[in-house]
Amino acid sequence: MKILVSFKSVPDPNDVTIAGAAVSTPKSVINPFDEIAIEEALRIRERGEATEIVGVTIGAPAVDEQIRAALAMGVDRAIRIDDSRALDPYAVARILGAVVEKEAPNVVIMGKQAVDDDSNQVGQMLAGLLGQPQATFVSKIEFLDNKTRARCTRETDAGLEVVEVNLPAIITTDLRLNEPRYVSLPGLLRARRKPIEVLTCDQLGVAVRPLTTVLSIARPPKRAAGTRVESVEELITKLKQEAKVL
Amino acid sequence: MAESLILIEHDRQQVKRPSLHAIALARQLGGEYALLVLGHSLDGIAASLVPYGASAVVVADDPALAEPLADRYATVIAEAARKGGAKTILGTSSTFSKDVLPRAAALLDAPMVTDVVAIEEMDGSISYRRPINAGSMFAMVKVEGDRRVLTVRATAFEAPAADVAPCPIKRFDFDAASLPNGIQFISREERKSDRPDLTEARVVVSGGRPLKDEETFERLVGGLADALGGAIGATRAAVDAGMAPNDYQIGQTGKIVAPELYIALGISGAIQHLAGIKDSRIIVAINKDPDAPIFQMATYGLVGDLYQIVPQLIESIRRA
Repeated sequence: MKILVSFKSVPDPNDVTIAGAAVSTPKSVINPFDEIAIEEALRIRERGEATEIVGVTIGAPAVDEQIRAALAMGVDRAIRIDDSRALDPYAVARILGAVVEKEAPNVVIMGKQAVDDDSNQVGQMLAGLLGQPQATFVSKIEFLDNKTRARCTRETDAGLEVVEVNLPAIITTDLRLNEPRYVSLPGLLRARRKPIEVLTCDQLGVAVRPLTTVLSIARPPKRAAGTRVESVEELITKLKQEAKVL
Repeated sequence: MAESLILIEHDRQQVKRPSLHAIALARQLGGEYALLVLGHSLDGIAASLVPYGASAVVVADDPALAEPLADRYATVIAEAARKGGAKTILGTSSTFSKDVLPRAAALLDAPMVTDVVAIEEMDGSISYRRPINAGSMFAMVKVEGDRRVLTVRATAFEAPAADVAPCPIKRFDFDAASLPNGIQFISREERKSDRPDLTEARVVVSGGRPLKDEETFERLVGGLADALGGAIGATRAAVDAGMAPNDYQIGQTGKIVAPELYIALGISGAIQHLAGIKDSRIIVAINKDPDAPIFQMATYGLVGDLYQIVPQLIESIRRA
């Protein structure tokens, strides 16, 4: 079985500032949800159910640092689609669609959302474009029937739901699927020898143009800190008389 | 022909109230809007949707739609949008809409904007305000093309009043036999609770890691919630530690709440959690660490030991 994991390079969530209509950071990282996707692919291979893990991301050469990190975790080889535009989720899904057609993986695993943009769209759009089944917000994956199907537990607003998807399929990961491993030194050394294939949209035969554009970014007004109360009695009094919620 | 098509969510018994909040955005956008509901045996649900000022309630009712499977639902939603000529397809943000609507957007070859909280008109074109980076920032987004898909944050839009003359209910005919068949529903964890729904409750009491275990969590967080007739929420840490089920999680990747009263017990205030509560009217924080970030945004803060304070609080409320 061949697994394609797609991952996004995002600003370190703890260190983001606004730079015009974009955000800037001194440090980029692999989107944490995508790291969970990479980890899951590694575990599937470690239990003997996958033979190859291909990583794919989109961006300028600067994202090679996150590609090396993915390779150091254990991804076998990587593809970077060389495109430094501010793409929207639909454009990303269309590019990934072309990569899936080229690579023909049995399953695509990716994070349910990127922590910078919080859109939560790409996996579902990719599945729609390819006409493949999808399982989103997944916290458990098992392969069944000689790896022709996957049984997935999904985290939904109403609790856990179990679905089975025919492969090939798209799976998006939720937080509790696993805890990603740290990159090891030998992993980093091995990563240097692993290939990164660089492709353009032209080479993939896909022409995309983002249809959504970010015009501006701003911080919301800060919620003012309130008052400290010293006792339960004082709290109850405030909630009754001042806030009028009791 | 309706300008907007609004996807309505239900739990097979009744409409999920937050899904009606998308109607407020459709009204702001202007033009007629239709409500779309998918499922099986929907007569009661469809009938409850007639007084919201829609041009029609469009009902896709078939055994093939009994479970909300994304491949089938997205196909039917896209077909209904095309046939009805809808320019905007909307839903309220939830795991349901986030599962099916992006897929429908791809089938419609349309862009999508997630979690809209407001719109602004500039030079005759509309832009959408949405939170990014765990709600620490807002982006204004412009959309091109003649069709778009949106989800709205229920907490940012009012529920519509059910005060308009009833609209017609129209059956949406589609070829059920040709729907995709790649996803099979296996099971759903059914947990019955007498407590109000987290996203609709007037009061939410929520707990973090210091609650230790499931039993303590239920006794303190559940006890206080019950004294106030409220719902229960939890932080990611509490859910990861098995103290509370996943659907209690509030924050960037969980639920967004904006109750009248939010009480945070033993919650330090990670940005990802604060993202889910900051529109609450009153926030009470009880924490033994006086430097916990949550005190920066709490309306009332009480520093102290949960195990002493919460039982006192429950008793004072019950006495009152």
